[in-house]
Amino acid sequence: MFLIRLIVKNAFRHTLRSFLTILGITVALLAFGLLRTVMDAWHMGVEASSATRLVTRNAVSLVVPLPLSYRERIRGVPGITHVSYGNWFGGIYIDEKNFFANFVVEPESYLALYPEFLIDPTQKNDFLRDRKGAIVGRKLAERFNWKVGDTVTLKGTIYPGQWEMVIRGVYDGARPDTDLTTLLFHFDYVDETMKKTSPSRSGQVGFFMLGITDPDLAGEVSRAVDDTFKNSQAETLTETEKAFQLGFVAMSEAILMAINLVSYVVILIILAVAANTMAMSVRERTAEFAVMKTLGFKGPAIASLVLGESMILSLTGTAAALALTDPLAQAFGSTLSQYFPVFAVSRETILIGLGAGVFVGLAAAALPAWRVWNTPIAESFRRIG
Amino acid sequence: MDTPLIRIRDLCKAYTRGDQSIPVLAGITFDIAAGEFLALIGPSGSGKSTLLNLIAGIDTADSGQILVGDTDIVTLSEGELADWRSGHVGFIFQFYNLIPVLTALENVELPLLLTSLTRHERREHAAHALDAVGLSDRLDHRPNQLSGGQQQRVAIARAIVADPDIIVADEPTGDLDRVSAQDILHLMDRLNTELGKTIIMVTHDQRAADAAHRVRSLDKGVLHVSD
Repeated sequence: MFLIRLIVKNAFRHTLRSFLTILGITVALLAFGLLRTVMDAWHMGVEASSATRLVTRNAVSLVVPLPLSYRERIRGVPGITHVSYGNWFGGIYIDEKNFFANFVVEPESYLALYPEFLIDPTQKNDFLRDRKGAIVGRKLAERFNWKVGDTVTLKGTIYPGQWEMVIRGVYDGARPDTDLTTLLFHFDYVDETMKKTSPSRSGQVGFFMLGITDPDLAGEVSRAVDDTFKNSQAETLTETEKAFQLGFVAMSEAILMAINLVSYVVILIILAVAANTMAMSVRERTAEFAVMKTLGFKGPAIASLVLGESMILSLTGTAAALALTDPLAQAFGSTLSQYFPVFAVSRETILIGLGAGVFVGLAAAALPAWRVWNTPIAESFRRIG
Repeated sequence: MDTPLIRIRDLCKAYTRGDQSIPVLAGITFDIAAGEFLALIGPSGSGKSTLLNLIAGIDTADSGQILVGDTDIVTLSEGELADWRSGHVGFIFQFYNLIPVLTALENVELPLLLTSLTRHERREHAAHALDAVGLSDRLDHRPNQLSGGQQQRVAIARAIVADPDIIVADEPTGDLDRVSAQDILHLMDRLNTELGKTIIMVTHDQRAADAAHRVRSLDKGVLHVSD
């Protein structure tokens, strides 16, 4: 108890220096936590993927459509329970800065494939019945203050024109990582219009979404679907929803690697700061440590005092950072909700942050503690004159 | 001389600077009796502090023997020396070397952490030692709230609290005014005469040397008889 009190008193002997070191560790670990959360948010679509959903797209590219007529042939492949389809709509709401994801889908089969979208049954029925109806995620509705019954107009980019629709429902998520920032509306609404204005573009879909009975069948079913359309004009590529999402993430791989690298560089920088603090602190107290050794305290006991001080500084900063990471991430996430539908601090990030704090505490103390342990008493006294 | 407590035989010590070996002590041989108050004097660089450090077990000799009782401390390992020091030697330094974040009582309690005493017993012993040096009203003061003389008294209380046989003092009056220095020398004399402690003191101060019962001088690593 006495020695613990001594460690605490020594750790805060230089109030300003200790405060600045703790602040530095807090800020660094906050930055680390936020950067990792950005990466997690980037991978959110991957994590939210279902193992029982497959995506079939044109083998050439995602932007090359597939004939809607493939639907019935896909449905005939053994192991498939549901087939839905849709396309990225890419509509703009008033201004480009109001970006959010919007898709045209076949609503009934699509919602059947996404049981994590929780929607009031009445609202769901209203949506299914109204070809000009749309549903939006809760966060998106809150962002634009949309309510059921509101009319929204999107300016088409892929499908030219002004597309008016009525909000028929607002969905919530059954899981924390459910994307609540998307707008879905009827494929038929767009397709019927295209039949009149641009007939060659009707009957084309961007993707088929398939439901399968057993995740273990994913490979087999994917091959079967793709074999069905082999040597056709529009060959298909079928993959799990996770692999499909990873394909998007891979496009940003260089950025993600840079963010990952920066998050660890931040830790190394604060390690240097903490190590400098400990080195200064120990150097200033060379005589005190020599006196304690003179009194009979041995090297390991003295080194543990140094280690204890370092751990107190580091863990105080770490605790503050971990306590602040979630509120800060929420504030950050609400500001950037159009880019990151789910921006939540993961348990893994908290554990890695804690581990980084412990590492900084141990590593910062390592060299000063080793020196204190091994410097002969007489030499310590000579050094201080 | 009474039965020697400390027997030093042919003690040699040299420091290495670059490629050069600089001899500091050259074959020192002498005895220190139990209960003796010995002053080591000599010019700067004469080796007196080195000799004191060797006797106190905080430096290692190149050759020779330092027999304290039946123990040749030259042969002890670092860990054994630490245990030996905590049981046998009390230290008084020129600049007191108290821990600034601890109170006077806690500073004196520090050496007792290495004993099996309970917290209550430790505090009782420490308070008693501070009472012995006339600081019973300064238990909760930190070093920076005490004068130089008072800080040196706390250091003396710390030196005697574990009841060691030997007290080594390196320039104990070197940082004190004349009155405070006289007080400290009087206190050390009491430790010697009333408690029977063997005191070995290094000093430049002739008045301090005069307070000792025997004076030995060192010059260029060689011991001379001064009394």
